[in-house]
Amino acid sequence: MPLLEASRLEHLKMLEAESIFILREAAAEFAHPVMLYSIGKDSSVMLRLAQKAFYPGKIPFPLLHIDTNYKFPEMIEFRDWYARHVGAELIVHKNQKALDEGANPYDLGTQKCCGLLKTRSLLDGLAEGGFDAAFGGARRDEEKSRAKERVYSFRDSLGQWDPKNQRPELWNLYNGRHHKGESIRVFPLSNWTEFDVWLYIHAEKIPIVPLYFAKEREVVVRGNSILVLQTGVHLLPGEKPQMVKCRMRSLGCVPCTGAIRSDADTVPKIIEEMISFRRSERENRVIDHDEEGSMELKKREGYF
Amino acid sequence: MATTPVEPTPETKSGIPKPVSAGTLLRFSTAGSVDDGKSTLIGRLLYDSQAVLEDQLASVKKSKINRAAGPIDFSLLTDGLRAEREQGITIDVAYRYFSTPRRKFIIADTPGHEQYTRNMATGSSTADASVVLVDATKGVLRQSRRHAYIAHLLGVQHIIAAVNKMDLVGFSQDVFERIVAEFQQFASQLGIRNVYAVPVSALEGDNVVRGSKRMPWFSGPALLEYLEQLPASGASPDAPLRFPVQYVIRPDASFRGFAGQVASGTLHAGQSVVALPSKVKTRIRSIVAFENEPLSAAPGDSVTVTLEDEIDISRGDILAGEEQLPSVGTALQAMIVWMHHEPLDPHKIYLLKHTARTVRARIHQIRYRVDINTLEQLPSKKLDMNDIAKVDVKTTLPLFFDPYRLNRTTGSFIVIDPLTNVTVGAGIIEGAIEEQQQASQRRHSTREERVLRFGHPSGAVWLKGRPHVAELLERRLFDEGWHVQLAGPNDFLAHELVTVAKAYQLSGHITIFSPLDDGTDQKRVVRAIYGPDAFFAVKIDDDTDEEATERIMKVLRKWRDKQSDSQKENS
Repeated sequence: MPLLEASRLEHLKMLEAESIFILREAAAEFAHPVMLYSIGKDSSVMLRLAQKAFYPGKIPFPLLHIDTNYKFPEMIEFRDWYARHVGAELIVHKNQKALDEGANPYDLGTQKCCGLLKTRSLLDGLAEGGFDAAFGGARRDEEKSRAKERVYSFRDSLGQWDPKNQRPELWNLYNGRHHKGESIRVFPLSNWTEFDVWLYIHAEKIPIVPLYFAKEREVVVRGNSILVLQTGVHLLPGEKPQMVKCRMRSLGCVPCTGAIRSDADTVPKIIEEMISFRRSERENRVIDHDEEGSMELKKREGYF
Repeated sequence: MATTPVEPTPETKSGIPKPVSAGTLLRFSTAGSVDDGKSTLIGRLLYDSQAVLEDQLASVKKSKINRAAGPIDFSLLTDGLRAEREQGITIDVAYRYFSTPRRKFIIADTPGHEQYTRNMATGSSTADASVVLVDATKGVLRQSRRHAYIAHLLGVQHIIAAVNKMDLVGFSQDVFERIVAEFQQFASQLGIRNVYAVPVSALEGDNVVRGSKRMPWFSGPALLEYLEQLPASGASPDAPLRFPVQYVIRPDASFRGFAGQVASGTLHAGQSVVALPSKVKTRIRSIVAFENEPLSAAPGDSVTVTLEDEIDISRGDILAGEEQLPSVGTALQAMIVWMHHEPLDPHKIYLLKHTARTVRARIHQIRYRVDINTLEQLPSKKLDMNDIAKVDVKTTLPLFFDPYRLNRTTGSFIVIDPLTNVTVGAGIIEGAIEEQQQASQRRHSTREERVLRFGHPSGAVWLKGRPHVAELLERRLFDEGWHVQLAGPNDFLAHELVTVAKAYQLSGHITIFSPLDDGTDQKRVVRAIYGPDAFFAVKIDDDTDEEATERIMKVLRKWRDKQSDSQKENS
């Protein structure tokens, strides 16, 4: 019995066709594109779209994962398996220098830590590979400053975004021209919402990291956050671990990604849960809440 | 942490509640400025259809910047950039998403002020419908007219006039009807046939998502109800096939697939198609897909096809239905929206991206500029940012195009500055310019034709004893798109000067003569060949190379502009 009727998937077909168009356009126009692969659900969808776009050929660009060293072990395991399964080339980049010098979120705070282990690392990884275009799975509905992001987002030679000076983007005529050293971030999922992503994962049976599914996990409850205990999460004085049935709504680094209480252990249950939900998915990400407009500031500096 | 209760929703057998997402996608644009309630209207649509999430609402409530407009300031939900929140204005196009049980919506939310015409055009370029806001307390202002005009120009199929702030006019039917009549009259001038007008109060929610008890005299659907049942325009499947080839897939020698998105018409195995520019006829062998190979493809589908015959096709080519081919040509007429603070330069070579093809082009003539407030057609020599004009375009390589009103994909292009790489304009194709082309194929090119293509007549710069300036000047002019060459002291013998100068003069180039000294005679001879109007003897005192070059370029630009103006007057 089909869970979702064909008529309900009509808009997914339109989104899929648009994303495939964007992937092909960028693959044709750039000399060295790369796909930023973050292991999350959006990356999984983007990867499936790339498989479709170039079938029966292989995906004509490598995947790049920026590994902060603070990711959940389940994510790394999934990443290595899935890249092999899809038959894509996988590049893993770490800011080894910062890690060797002891960079961590507890001592540096989330902003500095993100700056070093994500943004800096990303820019270095892109420069090292000589990539002139990078696909990212960001969606415009994720956060306010992303609503004005272009599908082709121009970055200067330092990888910075200038929100007030973006190229106009009309029809599906994307302008990817750039000088040496400059680059374009390409967002094929711009027009998808979180809900669309889940519907598509369901309809296409796309594999995702098990952390998205609810199960009993050992956690510590801190303020409004539920932090899954993993190597690296430091208990504060007076905190006690407890077992909570929970799941991740979006995946990030262990110390900065909270879980939500949930019984949803299948994709349909997650979809059902979302409908009764009234909180946005990045709400459990500590980094977005540092100050108002913090995502915009990070993006200006080169973050996705 | 408790979740806000949502209205109970009917459940399907599978346990997935009915609302949220369904059917097709509808893209609509809005335009407006600070005080006409646009942000409030969008905020209301998002809030009432529950696309505004609790934590976003919380962050609006705790925002430091406050424009205080009732309990919830909806506009803070929609203005995404820091600068916008601080200044209380909408600068850029923002995209918003929400779903109802019937369909998914994408709103292109644009500022309404004249200085943001280009943003309105951007938002309209992909829209199926436009919601034009009219302030009930003010009537149909320029802003509403402007938005309707731009939406219509960009081919938006459905125009909806949302007469807002009905709460401030006592929900008066008379006021509404007077405004609608005024709007209809303006719309019919533009050739807009269907306008749906709806009286709303965005602030209080009347006729936005649900009908209004306070306006029993209005029986039409509320704004959202109307948008829910609109057909998404899209290209017609009945139109002739246009399949621009985006990417060639060749995993091995045995497979060659052509990937692209169907712009119009349909594709199916066995269908006859013509490849352009080669004009070779072939048939579709199959439509290839990752799984479940489709039997046919409709407009908007991204597919990969294989062909019966091995023919040479690459990115930028197009597969077309043989019953009606697109126009093929290098001369076309278009409406253009200029988008950059650097004005259009009719002499400059731009890049033009049209489907998957990028060619060099000149926008060499401005027929008229449109005053977007009065719709008057005004003569104009230049185009500034946000100007809309009818222009003649000449490309170096042929395009395969249709008029925009028939096909949004093959009828549109963007203009890119080749030096800065910035998108500077957007073009809406009206049709081919044919007259001169055929005649010119029969005889050799004339001086006038060369001037048209080069952007300037032939001329001579006499620059004695400063070889570095000569070289720098040549490079700068070349980079600016001039047809220029350098004639240095070693390039010919003294007695050849007359022959050489005559040949150079005929070629239409700008020639920089760079002798070691003035044989007075030589200078006089060259001056006689070019005539005094096209001969520039440059005296350089102690200017630096850079200063001297800049000074000469200024003189040449001025001369060129004067020439092209007088040519226009003659024609």
